Amino acid sequence: MDMINIKINGADYQAPKGSTILEAARLANVEIPTLCFLKEINEIGACRICVVEAQEKRGDGFGPKKIVASCVYPISEGMNIFTSTPKVIDSRKKTLELILSNHNRTCLSCVRSGNCELQKLAKDYKIEDESIYDGAKTESILDCSSAHMVRDNSKCILCRRCVAACAKTQGIGVIGANERGFNTNISCAFEDDLGNTSCVSCGQCIAVCPTGALYEKDNTSEVFEAIADETKTVIVQTAPAVRAALGEAFGLPIGTDVEGKMAAALRRLGFDKVFDTDFGADLTIMEEAHEFVDRVQNGGKLPLITSCSPGWVKYCEHYFPELTENLSSCKSPMQMFGATVKTYYAEKMGLDPKDIVVVAVMPCTAKKFEIGRDDEDAAGVPDVDISITTRELARMIERAGIKFLELGDEEFDDPLGISTGAGVIFGATGGVMEAALRTAVETLTGEELESVDFKEVRGTKGIKEANYDVAGMNVKIAVVSGLANAKELLKKVESGEADYHFIEIMGCPGGCVNGGGQPQQPGSVRNTVDIQALRASVLYNNDANKSIRKSHENPAIKQVYKEFFGEPGSEKAHHILHTTYVKRELYK
Amino acid sequence: MAAKKCSIPFSGTKEQEAKLKEVIASHKSDKGALMPILQKAQEIYGYLPIEVQKIIAHEMDIPLEKIYGVATFYSQFTLNPKGKYTISVCLGTACYVKGSGDIFDELSKKLGINGGETTSDGKFTLVDCRCIGACGLAPVLTVNDDVYGRLTVDDVDGILAKYAE
Repeated sequence: MDMINIKINGADYQAPKGSTILEAARLANVEIPTLCFLKEINEIGACRICVVEAQEKRGDGFGPKKIVASCVYPISEGMNIFTSTPKVIDSRKKTLELILSNHNRTCLSCVRSGNCELQKLAKDYKIEDESIYDGAKTESILDCSSAHMVRDNSKCILCRRCVAACAKTQGIGVIGANERGFNTNISCAFEDDLGNTSCVSCGQCIAVCPTGALYEKDNTSEVFEAIADETKTVIVQTAPAVRAALGEAFGLPIGTDVEGKMAAALRRLGFDKVFDTDFGADLTIMEEAHEFVDRVQNGGKLPLITSCSPGWVKYCEHYFPELTENLSSCKSPMQMFGATVKTYYAEKMGLDPKDIVVVAVMPCTAKKFEIGRDDEDAAGVPDVDISITTRELARMIERAGIKFLELGDEEFDDPLGISTGAGVIFGATGGVMEAALRTAVETLTGEELESVDFKEVRGTKGIKEANYDVAGMNVKIAVVSGLANAKELLKKVESGEADYHFIEIMGCPGGCVNGGGQPQQPGSVRNTVDIQALRASVLYNNDANKSIRKSHENPAIKQVYKEFFGEPGSEKAHHILHTTYVKRELYK
Repeated sequence: MAAKKCSIPFSGTKEQEAKLKEVIASHKSDKGALMPILQKAQEIYGYLPIEVQKIIAHEMDIPLEKIYGVATFYSQFTLNPKGKYTISVCLGTACYVKGSGDIFDELSKKLGINGGETTSDGKFTLVDCRCIGACGLAPVLTVNDDVYGRLTVDDVDGILAKYAE
């Protein structure tokens, strides 16, 4: 790599040729603030917060000092860079004052208060009069039309991070910048409501929003009300990925496992039973591995594609409607769990399903859409009543005055809190495939696996492929996360260029650990830390430490089949644990 | 949120669609082809309604929003068909200080449309323009090729009546 010499704030450094000033500064451990910048997907130099002064070398001397946007300005040999001169600070401050002049500054009650990137900068740069440039404000209307989120353009700073996440990371692009100049606003084509578009509810736009312009629909009050209602049995289930990120909301480092504290906090919030979606994941594996073996042996539609991720399922329905027949008919683990609670568990405990409230804590915003889908009501009432995000759970814990960090570790309740290592890795890309392989291979060969680790499908790469020899058959599989990657792979499937037997697709890059409902990390962290890998490591460690690592060996799963479902794929299992899909239009 | 879809029914023909698809096909391998395609599309249809933008989105395999964003960014593109009469009110400095803003607002109120829009009977389109070089007559407006100068808000009814037929 060609290295060139630069000076930052008077000190000598070397950085690779072709780097931007921002990249070179980061290598030198000099922090430059950013707002619109997102590595690889939004390098547009729009917000002007990252400005620095730079002087190019000219002959024996230097050219004039210029204010440049460090996120897009390349370094050159001998360049002299100043990152915090009074002129730089003043420029950033002025930019902030102008952004604030068109910002709805209801910061006290804003959902992002305390972790808003704009608020932090305003404080860091000592904005003393936030209304100094107040004048006209761009008109905006609250868009509450979709099941999962709210768009509040009065808090939007036009950084376009959400636009990049939607169009580039997810390959969807239902939101973008419309109009120009002062009227510029982020909205949908023809100013339509988001709920009318082919948005898939993944929430990746929320995950990257630096302010309170995008946020999930908050259902925490409904949960508190259900808990307070003595006629209801309120059962909570938590997705695998929640334990890998909830701690971040309480200041713990990314990649801290808080399973025990989370179970303790849920109990203190007053849930009647604290169960684990991991049980639902084990159940999904039983049904899906059976479905895969059945499709292989009986000439069913292949490739079989997983259906755990509701963002992916909705994407498939909108963008690849012909492939909905390839989707596994299995409900997602969350829905399977809810359906099992309201049938099997209700019967066992002598409860009327109408008196049970199932609350799901999910790393996901699309789950809010999923609970309202058709054919997700095995007992005649919705399988899951309320789905909240990891962020909402953190808010509930705060509101209830529970000192999360002081809590000791507690266990989930029996029997639907018992799960295996296969269930917990569902939260990382490749996890469902690995869990399914552990069960499918043993089912097909009738022999015990020497090693349960299928390492080829691990890691945060967007598209992974592997071949396995299973009982004499060459099984071709692919694992994809992020919908732009899914689109790339599915085009090959549609054209016949790829002939996989089994594909795992997760809507969010890296899988559920990086879901749209997880605690937000600021751009400065997103751009420099592999959040997906750190959170996934929690799940793989959890798996490695479990005594049981295969879904079909979960004693609670064995029991529920023995007492209730019979065999995987039985008529009863089909009625309760499987669902149907629809072909959706791209535009309304 | 009120969707900004055109209230005048779309009356594109099969021939226009075929022509548009031909244009798109001829740009298939060009990067940055959206601008020339939108320009041609507007030439073919006279405006860029949602029906036309959907064809472009589908044929180019790009999001509809991306097209809409470009179409609303550049003032050369219009989402509404031109009416039989285009009323163009000068909002240049001289006309503006002589009260053309009020005349524009009065027309907007009387016609029930915003700037850039067309009445649902397809008769009038209201637009604003900058200086037409008749500052001595300020404030001025034009209806197609007819020029009206030294106007007051009270003249609006009379002018509209002339084109009532």
